[in-house]
Amino acid sequence: MNRIDRTFAELKEQGRAAFSVYLCAGDPDLETTRDLVVSFDKAGVDFVELGMPFSDPIADGPVIQAAGQRSLDRGTKLADVLDIAAQIREQSDIPIVLMTYYNIIHRFGLDNLAREATRVGIDGLIIADLIPEEADDLLAVARPADLATVFFVAPTSTDDRIKLAEETSTGFIYCVSVTGITGARDALPPDLRDHLRRVRALTTKPLVVGFGVSRPEHVQALSDVADGIIVGSAVVRQIEQASNLPREQLVEQVAAFAGELAAATR
Amino acid sequence: MARPQQSTPDERGHFGPYGGMFVPETLMPALLELGREFQAARQDPAFRDELDGYLAEYAGRPTPLYFAARLSEVVESRVYLKREDLLHTGAHKINNTLGQALLARRMGKKRIIAETGAGQHGVATATAAAVFGMECVVYMGSEDMERQALNVFRMRQLGAEVREVTHGSRTLKDAITEAMRDYVTNVRTTNYVLGSILGPHPYPLIVREFQSVIGREAREQIVARERRQPDLLLACVGGGSNSIGLFHPFLGDESVDMLGVEAGGLGDGLGRHAARFLGGTLGVLHGDRTLVLQDASGQIARTHSISAGLDYAAVGPELVHLRDQGRVRFTTVSDDEALDAFSRLSKLEGIIPALESAHAVAQLLKMAGELPEIVIINLSGRGDKDVQAVAKHLGEELH
Ligand SMILES: Cc1ncc(COP(=O)(O)O)c(C=O)c1O
Repeated sequence: MNRIDRTFAELKEQGRAAFSVYLCAGDPDLETTRDLVVSFDKAGVDFVELGMPFSDPIADGPVIQAAGQRSLDRGTKLADVLDIAAQIREQSDIPIVLMTYYNIIHRFGLDNLAREATRVGIDGLIIADLIPEEADDLLAVARPADLATVFFVAPTSTDDRIKLAEETSTGFIYCVSVTGITGARDALPPDLRDHLRRVRALTTKPLVVGFGVSRPEHVQALSDVADGIIVGSAVVRQIEQASNLPREQLVEQVAAFAGELAAATR
Repeated sequence: MARPQQSTPDERGHFGPYGGMFVPETLMPALLELGREFQAARQDPAFRDELDGYLAEYAGRPTPLYFAARLSEVVESRVYLKREDLLHTGAHKINNTLGQALLARRMGKKRIIAETGAGQHGVATATAAAVFGMECVVYMGSEDMERQALNVFRMRQLGAEVREVTHGSRTLKDAITEAMRDYVTNVRTTNYVLGSILGPHPYPLIVREFQSVIGREAREQIVARERRQPDLLLACVGGGSNSIGLFHPFLGDESVDMLGVEAGGLGDGLGRHAARFLGGTLGVLHGDRTLVLQDASGQIARTHSISAGLDYAAVGPELVHLRDQGRVRFTTVSDDEALDAFSRLSKLEGIIPALESAHAVAQLLKMAGELPEIVIINLSGRGDKDVQAVAKHLGEELH
């Protein structure tokens, strides 16, 4: 069983939602990314999205875009991110989902990606600009490698499209909380619970909510309606603000922040 | 009579291996709805009549097919200019924005957004928004805002909000990225009016349809003048809308050769040009799979052209498909050659072309003496917007 499936199965027994963090690999540098993920595991984070930045991130807000640009300015490549994943695996069994845009993996070669991702211990893929209808090539290589393929449902998704995400997703389904791009928001959208109930009625796989979630109250409020919650921009911003601290201090500080968010699921 | 048209994409916009829909899920319902509305509108006589009415009385169609006698003499061929530069707002872009704005109105959307490089598409979108009473936001890279300052003023005067994009290469690519973000966020109230045959399906199809009026007119006009079809069609290629607009109605005419002209910029080397057919590799940018100028890790490359409207890292997927089929050929023209053509056409014919269109004229000049008998060039826009930039290039100060 894939680490993602195992995590959701265990949490289901415990009756608790999963807590996950997105971070942009290579911001401020790859070694910090590695140490952060290992510390997140210890701080109670259940799985991570490891972001490989793209020059034209159409689904991301300013915080993640700026982090991606900083990382790209340092020369981060997909091969480096795979290396870091391998280093994380030496120290931690936390499920890792690689999150990026299609051009990055298209250029790397899908076969190559499936082989390398499995080798370094990556458990799944989230591609921000890939819809199920365009995913045949990816599914053909991901399925035999037991790499989870996570697709999105949005507040705008019709019932048909929600069913399509259910059919093609493995690991979990990513429920975008807002009609919009990534970015921390002060409040959750008022109709989010209804949106999640509608998706729940049409699906059986774990539902994980992301985009805009930024505070322990948000995480807590979603814990009883979702199977998992992802915080991205709020953590990426913490990393940015701590970026002039020595690595150990940065890691400690950001892991503490992630730990507070994770505690809200318990 | 138009022959049956070739080059039809499948239902999700694939032209062979190119095109498709590579977008965040949030946009999918809206894009599917846009596709359905577009199909309904194109078959609705009332929609077509209304659009034709605006094209005729507001934009100034049909545009003349002008026999350029002095230019013809120089290049030893019979050269016709399809005068899209004479349209309201000064370029072919208005053909598409009037169509898409009417489509938005039909869908009950009151806000339209656009990206712009040269500013022509932004001006044309702002114009359509004004005449139909819609709210309009245009995204433009800060580098383009500087080199096309006149168009920034025009857009604001027309009531549009121009939002400066300061990240990335600060040109058209980044403006599209920003417009897509706005669309993802405001998709319930907003239509994105894309300016070329780019992006996710159905845009390449919609823009082709609204621009094909160029070729339909040219096809009739040339037969009226010459009693036969032309031998060669020439057009500059940014995203590809003016070229497909001219080419598409001729695709079934086997004897008609078609040549697209890309921006060769400063010459060889990633970052020095916008020649996707020379330096591009298969990739996915802004919603479609096509030839993209990118580095070995899949990051989109910077591009360069003296002409803001050609300065983009990807090219319309349909054109790549037509290239593969051997139906359309592509070549490049450098900044200097385009600047030279800008001056030559001005002096030979009294027509100051847009720097984009000057690339097509430059290619004609390069082929002087080796041209077939009858050539049509799409003169996609006029050069008013470029005079400041060209003057600066020539070392002259304008006050
Ligand atoms: C006058 C003119 N011609 C050509 C272009 C290039 O676009 P396309 O290739 O879509 O016609 C532009 C773009 O701004 C333009 O303003």
